[in-house]
Amino acid sequence: MAGIGLTHYLTLSAVVFCIGVFGMLTRRNAIGVLMSIELMFNAVNITLVAFARYVTPATVTGQVVAIFTIAVAAAEATVALAIVLLIYQHYRGIDVDRVNFMKW
Amino acid sequence: MDTFSLAFYALAFLIIAAAIFVVTSKNIFHSAIYLILALFGVAGIYVLLQAPFLAAAQVLIYVGAVSMLMIFAIMLTARIADDSIRHTNEQVGTGLLVSLGLLAVIVYSLWQTPFPISAAPMPEGAGGTIGRLLLTQFVLPFEIVSVLLLGALIGAVVIAQKDKVRGVSEPPNTPLPKPAEKVAG
Repeated sequence: MAGIGLTHYLTLSAVVFCIGVFGMLTRRNAIGVLMSIELMFNAVNITLVAFARYVTPATVTGQVVAIFTIAVAAAEATVALAIVLLIYQHYRGIDVDRVNFMKW
Repeated sequence: MDTFSLAFYALAFLIIAAAIFVVTSKNIFHSAIYLILALFGVAGIYVLLQAPFLAAAQVLIYVGAVSMLMIFAIMLTARIADDSIRHTNEQVGTGLLVSLGLLAVIVYSLWQTPFPISAAPMPEGAGGTIGRLLLTQFVLPFEIVSVLLLGALIGAVVIAQKDKVRGVSEPPNTPLPKPAEKVAG
């Protein structure tokens, strides 16, 4: 094996992303769903930084985009957790299968 | 196997194991702890990819802020010690199928794609380059992100404030019930 290359990082990222997809599909707790989404964000960030390292090493554009991803993920987590707290006050529970008041 | 490969495989094992525990742990609080572990591992991967600034930002923002936010939300909502309630829905089989299928497609296309790998070295002092790019080429997204963060801040406060939910039945400045007087001595 000729050392660690771009494909290794991308494979790691794909594995973490798919674990996040599985968690997002199967968790009943809303906070568990949010954690799975954070895992998926991190997988995408690994991809961005790996491409920045191996494909365009002269410019660090990929790292800048990863910084924007982190900022947007932080904003998403803030608003989503506020919504979770609101749902908890309404239902006394955060089971996402029971929260269906936005269905017609 | 050199040290670099060893570090990569150790970090990859750490991240994947922690991620699996995040999505399968019965206790949501344990999930949060494993999430912190996985985020630390990702910071290590950034160090291996010669992105030390991103590694620091990862530790500060994800491990420091987002995980704390998650733990706060868990403390405020779920009955954390309650392992008896089911923590997965009926879609475990379908979810496994979808995620494994997605993984197979992604990995197959990864190993088939010839990436234009450049052998140029990373420039020294990438942190300074990031700052310069943020204020020249990416100045518009930079400003938009600051407005987005402000909007998220205000939005979170507006959404989570209690008086909107409870309606008019409670006056807004109801004092908290006083704690019982402690016995002196």
